[in-house]
This record gives sequence, structure tokens and C-alpha cells, in this order.
Amino acid sequence: MTSALLLLADGRFPAGGHAHSSGLEAAVAAGRVSSLSTLESFLLGRLYTTGLVTAAFAAASHHAAAHPATSTAAAHPAAQGAAAAHLATPSGAVEGGSVPRLGDMECAAGSEVLLQLDEELEARMASPATRVASRKQGAALLRAAKMVWPGDGYGLLPQRRDGVHHAVVLGVTAAAAGLSCAEAALIACYSQVTGQASAALRLLGFSPYDIQRLLAQLAGQCDAVAMAATAHAGKDPAELPMFSSPLADISAELHATWEVRLFAS
Amino acid sequence: MRAVARVVAQADDAGVTRLTGLRSEAPLLLRHTPATTGPAVVHLLGGAAGPLGGDELRLEIAVGERARLCVRGIAASIALPARSGAVSRMTVTVRVASGGELHWLPEQLIAARGCHHLAMSNVELAEGARLLWREELICGRHDEQPGDVTVSTSVTYAGKPLLRQALQVGPSAVHWAGPGVLGGAKAVGSLLGVNSESWPEPRTAAPEAMMAQSEVASPTAVRMPLGTGPGWLVTATAEAAPALRAVLTPAR
Repeated sequence: MTSALLLLADGRFPAGGHAHSSGLEAAVAAGRVSSLSTLESFLLGRLYTTGLVTAAFAAASHHAAAHPATSTAAAHPAAQGAAAAHLATPSGAVEGGSVPRLGDMECAAGSEVLLQLDEELEARMASPATRVASRKQGAALLRAAKMVWPGDGYGLLPQRRDGVHHAVVLGVTAAAAGLSCAEAALIACYSQVTGQASAALRLLGFSPYDIQRLLAQLAGQCDAVAMAATAHAGKDPAELPMFSSPLADISAELHATWEVRLFAS
Repeated sequence: MRAVARVVAQADDAGVTRLTGLRSEAPLLLRHTPATTGPAVVHLLGGAAGPLGGDELRLEIAVGERARLCVRGIAASIALPARSGAVSRMTVTVRVASGGELHWLPEQLIAARGCHHLAMSNVELAEGARLLWREELICGRHDEQPGDVTVSTSVTYAGKPLLRQALQVGPSAVHWAGPGVLGGAKAVGSLLGVNSESWPEPRTAAPEAMMAQSEVASPTAVRMPLGTGPGWLVTATAEAAPALRAVLTPAR
């Protein structure tokens, strides 16, 4: 499944990610990021807070789409019947594989969890500017994903005119692309770190070699956070990580007031 | 030390708030401060130094329909290490019924060097409940690096998540002091308002837009409307406790 992973993680995937700096532009303007060492500190500080949260939600959303019945068994006794029915079906190619056709009970359970995940993620984003950016990126990803990897899974997503949060759509898309939960979490971490790093390249004029070396140095931590995030798949959405960064919220709001900016967020 | 303290506030037939339950256990000492008007006021006194590593402290607050309660602190609490390195825990569990109101305005939590402290708050608000909730964390005393502290706040409104956030500082947290998280600020905090118009000064938005619009009070303090319910959150960082308090003081 490596090619699908690379395809979805690629900055060239037409989901509009390049328009967002995930807070880097605001940090540069505030004078907080101006060198490679402050950039490294910024990337790691956000990776272990907002990065972990979005990766956990991507993993949990993947799980809800790929295993719609089992993901709710603990939280909703009504879903346990559906879980049993799901387990009774002949070994469907669920594990990291294509999503099987879903029964009505499973669909109901899966959409209920995805709705909860979207609301729980909303409660983890105090900044309205961050929420808007996340929903816009979710809508853009969903448009592209439906064309690239058509499937039933997208029907489980909540219907919202302003879009579903990006991490939730990412999880469902990864399931549709045949990727695993861990891969969904990894893409979430990787996209955040590389998105911020390439914004830094454009804003601060670093050498591309320096930026790539820094990203290579951070690869192990990116993997580790993704692995930690994956462990949350299938849990009650309320119990997912909720680490936040005060400056992420504050600077996203400051950034939203600027009349001229290079990035949307 | 292990301690459980409890406050139950209920409105009587005349609408006056009575404390029908008030249980203290050292070091969580609660004192009812008589007030002739307004909400019932309870002060939370630290009956000992700490929280100290190994402490398991629990405070439960219940506010009934139409009851109004204000909980304040007397002095900052300082999270201190145990020689064993044990973790200290302070859990605050709150339920506010419809039409009830709670103001939670304690003093700061100071993370001393070497501490291992978890401060967890779980707040359950019924539809129509009102809340003001302040949290302030000071990373170390004067000229001191803080130990490990995690402050987590979980608030639901009418059964839906309203705010869930957690902040980790100290040697075990990754680049928490760096430009991605606190940017070198020593003081960080928030003030959450639910069905409340007591947002701090200065106000920049038009009165009718106050609930819907963010306000940037300073480059390190903003007030943000929340996404899933009638709440707003002021988040701020500052050099020191007094400057933080200045932007987290609710208007009367």
C-alpha cells in the first residue's frame, strides 16, 4: 500500500494544503521563528500538541470508517448487535484493506462515531480561525478524495455545508485508499510538519537542503507521535488526546485579522 | 495526603442560594463567606503546603437549578515534589444544573522545580447553566524552571463537548517553552465563560457581535467564541502572574 500512502501524503495531492502554513506564518510575523533552531522548536512543540491531536482523530476516523460497528461497541450498547453481525461476516478485507459494503446498522454506528469525532475535535479547537481552516481543508480533501478513491465510506461523514474537519476526512479517505489506521495518523503528522516547514522555506528563505535535513532529523519523532496517536483508534471519542498550544490559538486569531497574508492560516 | 471535599449549592423557594453540603478535608478547606446579596461565596484554603507529590485531592461541586455559587482562592497553590517522585493529583468535578451559575476563580497554580502534578477538571453543564472558569499556571517560582505539570480541562454543555484542552509543561513535555507553545512566557491561563457576558476589558467588538466574534486584546491575549455551544474562551500568555490576571479578570 506504499504508493497510495505516498500519493495521499504528497504535497501535490490536489487538496489545497499548500495554501496553509498551520500557524507558521503568524509565528514568523511575531518574531518567534527566525532561525533553523527556532523553527525546529516550533515544529516539535506543535507536533506533540496539535499534531498528536489531529493524528489521533485521523486514526480514530479511519477506524470508524473501516470498522464502523466495533468502534462504537463500548460507547453504545445498541451498536453491539451490529458489531457481532460485522464479526460474523466472512473475513471481509477490512484490516488496512478495501472497505466492505456496509450494513444499515454498521452505517448508523459509523456515522454516529464520525459525527462525535467531528464535534470532539471542534471542542479541541478554541480558535474560530483554526476551525474554519480545518473545515475548509476537510472540504477540499473530500472533493479530491471522492474523485481519486471512490467509495461508500464518505457517505458516513456528517453532512455539513462548511465542511467536516480535515483530520476526520483524512481518516475516512485513508480507509477508502486502502491504507491502515497507523498510516492515516502518519499522514496527519507528516503533513503538519512538512506543511509548516515548506511555509518556512517560502517566508524565511532558508536553503532547501537545510529544511530537508531538519525534516529528516525529525522523522523519528514524527513516526513516534503517529504511533502514539494510532493507539487511540477505536476509543470513545471523548477520551482522545486534547493537548493544546496556547500560542497556536492566539496567533491563529491574530493572523486572521491581517489584511495581507501569504497563507490562509 | 488523600482528601475529598464537597460543595452543594441549592436555591430555596425564595431563590436564595443555600449551601446544603459543605465538606472539608485537610488540606482542602472550604469556608463559607457570608454575603448579603449575590451568589453564595466559598473560599478554598490550602490547609497545608502543596499539592505535594503523592497527594490525591478531589473537590466535587454541585450547583442546583437557579443556585449561584462563587468559589475563590486565598493564595496561590504551589505544586511541590515528593522525595519519592510520586505524582500529585487534583481533580475537580463539577455539575451545574439548568439555570444554575458557578464562578470558579481560584488563585494561580505554581509549578515548582521537580514537581509531578496533574490538575484535572471535568465540568458538566446542563442546558441553560452559566459558568465563569479561570485557570492560571505559573511555570516556576522566581528564577526557577518548573517541574512537570499537566492541566486538563474538559467541559460539556447539554451533553455535548464544549471545550477540551490540556497543557503540559516541564522537563517531560516537548519544547513547551518554545515558539510553538508558550514562546518563553512564564504565565499562561484562560477564562471560560458560558452563557456569560462578563468578558474582560478591553472590549473591541460591537456589543451585538460579542458572542459571535473573536477579540484580540493584545498580541498574547484573545477572546474566542467556541464552536459547539454558547461559550467563549480568553486564552493568554504573559511574563508574570499580575499581567496574566489583568487580562483574565471578568467584568462585573
